[in-house]
Amino acid sequence: MARTAADELERRIIVATQGGLPLVSDPWGTVARDLGITPEELLAQIRSMLDRGVIRRIGAVPNHYAIGYTANGMSVWDVADGTIDAVGEWLGSLAAVTHCYRRPRSLPDWPYNLFAMLHGRSHDAVRAELEDIAARLEARFPGACRARDVLFSSAILKKTGLRIAASG
Amino acid sequence: MSERRTSRATSVVLDNIDRALINALQGDFPLSQRPFADVGARLGLPEEEVLRRLQRLLDERVLTRFGPMFQIERIGGAFCLAAMSIPEADFDRVAAQVNDFPEVAHNYRREHALNMWFVLATERPDGIADSARRIEAATGVPVFLFPKEREYFVEMKLEA
Repeated sequence: MARTAADELERRIIVATQGGLPLVSDPWGTVARDLGITPEELLAQIRSMLDRGVIRRIGAVPNHYAIGYTANGMSVWDVADGTIDAVGEWLGSLAAVTHCYRRPRSLPDWPYNLFAMLHGRSHDAVRAELEDIAARLEARFPGACRARDVLFSSAILKKTGLRIAASG
Repeated sequence: MSERRTSRATSVVLDNIDRALINALQGDFPLSQRPFADVGARLGLPEEEVLRRLQRLLDERVLTRFGPMFQIERIGGAFCLAAMSIPEADFDRVAAQVNDFPEVAHNYRREHALNMWFVLATERPDGIADSARRIEAATGVPVFLFPKEREYFVEMKLEA
């Protein structure tokens, strides 16, 4: 598939920065020089990528554990198909929830179709939060949630983020 | 404050300046010629101290990365959550095999029969199924795919 020059530049920017920005006084100028473009060209393209959501944000990715969020709970819910979008929008709006997605069930072993991540400073705190959410969910959407579980992480095995190949 | 160098991020001591810096760097990084100086100005820190502390936080794995976060779907790629159920005796071997795949962006051990959960990130949508098949072939363990059907909310910022 043919790529346009803009697509190609976008791809080169991703490859150059996916491992992180250089920790120097002028990181954008340094990246631009490595790519053989002007800082103005680079920043114009970065702004365009931010506007289009190709870049979600620019910043630091903390290790949750290191900043005190030692309980990382993936809560999973089996919600009736007819109400899942309403429940998902509501669950995602709660302050405690950092990510919330609808995903397919994998029956018979995996009945859950709604995933919501919670980060807390202890397992007990996250479990208490979940109990509270479950009670509010039931009050708001009676009978919509048929089962739930929470999967706590016990180790980060890898956390590198996106890695696309330098040529493709 | 501790000067001890350690690879175990959970034992790193953070002071209030570290925490303020982490919070300030979770979004809105300036698109300027001296962005670290601009961040420092907001916090009352010199540019060199911002750079020095940021380097230390990355070295000590308090931060796993600093830079743009890409949403690969917007340029034709795909992310997919995947899970495996790995016998305890094989866990370390399989974890090493799975982590060797560059398509595995992050990977967590979780307390459940499905005890390994990772995210695949590929440049093309068909790369997801392809990398799942290659992980199954390498490890001998089935990979369950949980593609995103709808995103209700994503907010990755956490107050340090």
